[in-house]
Amino acid sequence: MLGRLSWSAIPFDQPIVMGTGAVLGLVLFTVFLLVTLKGAWPYLWREWITTVDHKRIGVMYMILGLVMLVRGFSDAIMMRTQLALAAGHAQGYLPPEHYDQIFSAHGTIMIFFVAMPFVVGLMNFAVPLQLGVRDVAFPKLNSVSFWLTASGVLLVNLSLFVGEFARTGWLAYPPLSELAYSPGVGVDYYLWSLQLSGMGTLLTGINLTTTILKIRAPGMGYSRMPIFCWTSLASNLLIVAAFPVLTATFAMLLLDRYCGFHFFTNELGGNPMMYVNLIWIWGHPEVYILILPAFGVFSEVVATFSRKPLFGYRSMVLATMAICVLSFMVWLHHFFTMGAGADVNGFFGIMTMIIAVPTGVKVFNWLFTLYGGRIQYTVPIYWAIGFIVTFVIGGMTGVLMAIPPADFVLHNSLFLIAHFHNVAIGGVVFGAMAGYTYWFPKAFGFKLNERLGKAIFWCWFIGFYLAFMPLYALGLMGATRRMQHYSDTHWQPLMLVALAGAVVILLGIALTAVQLAVSIRQRHVQSDRTGDPWNGRTLEWSVPSPPPPWNFTHMPNVERTDAYWYMKEKGVASTSPAGFAEMHLPRNSPVGIFLAFFAVILGFALIWRIDWLAAVGLIGAVVVMLREAWKTDLEVRVPAEEVAAFVRANPTRVPGTSGGSFDRKDVTSGEGS
Amino acid sequence: MDSQLQAQGAAPGVDARDRHGARSYLIGLLFAVPLTIASFWAATTSFVYAPAVPVLLAALAIAQMGVHVAFFLHISSAPDQTNNLLALAFGVFVTGLIVFGSMMIMTHLNHNMMSMDELMKMQR
Amino acid sequence: MSVGEQALSTGPGIPLSLRGPAPVRVVAGFGFWLFLLSDIILFAALFATYSVLSGSTAGGPTAAELFDKKHVFLETMCLLASSVTCGLGSLAVQRTDTRAVYFWMGVTFLLGATFLTLEGREFAGMVAAGAGPSHSAFLSAFFTLVGTHGLHVSLGLVWLVIMLLQVTTLGFQPMVGRRFFAFGLFWHALDIVWIGVFTIVYLGAK
Repeated sequence: MLGRLSWSAIPFDQPIVMGTGAVLGLVLFTVFLLVTLKGAWPYLWREWITTVDHKRIGVMYMILGLVMLVRGFSDAIMMRTQLALAAGHAQGYLPPEHYDQIFSAHGTIMIFFVAMPFVVGLMNFAVPLQLGVRDVAFPKLNSVSFWLTASGVLLVNLSLFVGEFARTGWLAYPPLSELAYSPGVGVDYYLWSLQLSGMGTLLTGINLTTTILKIRAPGMGYSRMPIFCWTSLASNLLIVAAFPVLTATFAMLLLDRYCGFHFFTNELGGNPMMYVNLIWIWGHPEVYILILPAFGVFSEVVATFSRKPLFGYRSMVLATMAICVLSFMVWLHHFFTMGAGADVNGFFGIMTMIIAVPTGVKVFNWLFTLYGGRIQYTVPIYWAIGFIVTFVIGGMTGVLMAIPPADFVLHNSLFLIAHFHNVAIGGVVFGAMAGYTYWFPKAFGFKLNERLGKAIFWCWFIGFYLAFMPLYALGLMGATRRMQHYSDTHWQPLMLVALAGAVVILLGIALTAVQLAVSIRQRHVQSDRTGDPWNGRTLEWSVPSPPPPWNFTHMPNVERTDAYWYMKEKGVASTSPAGFAEMHLPRNSPVGIFLAFFAVILGFALIWRIDWLAAVGLIGAVVVMLREAWKTDLEVRVPAEEVAAFVRANPTRVPGTSGGSFDRKDVTSGEGS
Repeated sequence: MDSQLQAQGAAPGVDARDRHGARSYLIGLLFAVPLTIASFWAATTSFVYAPAVPVLLAALAIAQMGVHVAFFLHISSAPDQTNNLLALAFGVFVTGLIVFGSMMIMTHLNHNMMSMDELMKMQR
Repeated sequence: MSVGEQALSTGPGIPLSLRGPAPVRVVAGFGFWLFLLSDIILFAALFATYSVLSGSTAGGPTAAELFDKKHVFLETMCLLASSVTCGLGSLAVQRTDTRAVYFWMGVTFLLGATFLTLEGREFAGMVAAGAGPSHSAFLSAFFTLVGTHGLHVSLGLVWLVIMLLQVTTLGFQPMVGRRFFAFGLFWHALDIVWIGVFTIVYLGAK
């Protein structure tokens, strides 16, 4: 009746887990209670849960990422503590079965449920605003994407309390991840939650690529797009091209586990090396999917706070698109040691070194932008400068490992761990924090506390170096990754330093929460009344903070890059154009959360082999989609008077834009496919 | 003509200007059927030098895919098809990398590394 | 003419990329095209796996032993014909000619269903002969690649039925037209994938 599910799935004998569960349960209960007492459910449902507005969806992604950062980082602190203790004969406090789940969850959560949501959230929020348009190409699909990602998050978190997680590392290599060696539900939790969120991500890739290529303000040709939009384009093209490989590979592993197929098994002709090959065909573009938007954020931040146009726009674009293409030609460097031989290793080693070149071009462009600029040392610029230093170091250790003979020594050592954390933290996390700080006033109408922002930066910066520089040394000394304890006690001091670094980063994360609370309390002091708190260069700064649901009252006409800066210089349209048009907006829709609800049911049922429940989930999802297909009332109209009232109440630095308003019916009507 | 072109280009597939109408599909069929028959013939005949058969099959398959793309999907080098064509080119590029890259890599790996069957036998 | 009006006009000489947001039809069509390309890449991963594992028969039956080329030729012709009839059906949608839509899309459905029946019989035959997907890596790869294509065809037929219901109940609204559009793209792309399947899997069998 309940498949493999029984009371024994709940880990009553693990105090840490049960304690966490109790705390989490209490927190959730309190939140639900408060929301109910304040009568805020209708508001939440109407304004956030069923929203199709890219700005709100972007904010929800960021919240999701920040919350999961706490879980992923708890895993990290547990790992660091274990390693600080488990030297020589000591065994630490985490037995291997638990330690393995922790490092697997840490990697899975950080990549899929922290970094991806941050990056997707920033792109969702900023791209339509930078393009001068009302929303992304498929707003309802955007909501579906978010809620599918959230359903993946729910399943991964459920694995902590009902069942177990995978013990296979974040990529679940076979044969360990096959049924014979992982008979429990852990790998199934991993696979199904990532299949669901992967579908969401793929839809985002389609959505944003279409938006950038087909929906831009008039006059915004490709060479006038902000660089963040170019990097978002490259990143989303990579999503469209790479995620199907992940879906296919996981599907094959699922077929092995559920239907007795032999793709990657030890028997009957299976080839586990093919899994490694396929998963990295996805895996390498994935890291570029994460880093390219971060590069874009830094391009915007560096230009804005140097008060200069970005140096070398065209070479930036070329470098970005070169990275996009090249990122598909280096994947074997993740398994040099698997045995393809010198010829193949040599080719991919050289390609890996080549891909460092366009990144170098970008670094020089940022430096040349800073040079000669009148730099304002705001929090985003701190992150940018910290990024340039840190990412370059990480990149160099990557090029070092691109040399196959060197990699034969360093593969799967702590040196590798240090390298990828170097580029992931120095690049993606720093970029996410910079983007968060930079666009926060646009989203909410007030700035984040500056002093706390700088403190957070220093915690992350110092904490990172303390935590990971020792790991480079340890790697060279022979320490491997995924190691629950070690016998050489000489390694312990370095492990202790690394733990200290993790604690410093923990302080930074805690301060992020504090900063949010303090900034909300101080919001009237720090408020952004002009929509342009940083004296920005791109179009998102031309609308009020927060922007109205329709973003631009009059769609801007773009005449060159840094369109808004040009408008400010020219002092465009000191009088608003005559008249306001009625705005057509897509109606909010519960299809996202309903689909996600059934997706969770389907996923959970498949994991525990509860056939009837899986059917319920599948049929429910189909019914939701069919109902949606017959909906014809898809638009909301905002009367012209309301638009006019909003504009009067929210002046911007450059009121209105020149040129006519466009026929919104064209873009907004009947968005039902 | 130019002013009839849509902003940002046309969608792939049948679009407003169906000036070819049914002709396009019938021409496509006219090309595709012989190409299919030729493929099946090439695979079974001894007329063609045996090692060349895979190459011939590949050429025929690519030709027929091209026929489909041109006559059924109406993707061309017209200025309003640029996005569609570039997207297709990117997809083809990635497909090629995945298929041929994997084949090359796995051939090398299988050549150098003991197969799982043999490895498992060694365990006993 | 002000710069703004110039940019918004669709007059000659203004590059397409400067003319502002595309109409909904173009946006929807391109988005679906990207989805199809992602689907083709999914098939690429399956093709790659098939190519790599096609020799791993684990002492069991090989491709050459199992496949019947005449059967495959028949399947191919069904699918090719259905692509043409689908195209004619799309033209009927554009003309908002209800009866022609029912006719041509109906024929498309029948041809697609015939394809699936033939393929289903082939699979059932193989399983009955002890050559099911759990018997070797080659068979797993074969059933998954060809089966995934068949699954797509099945979903396409379900979608077609839904579309015919939509045109019956909602008429030829722009939304319905766009969806037929997308269906046509999907159906043609499936035939393109099939060209790869019959060439690599069936004709390439050694």
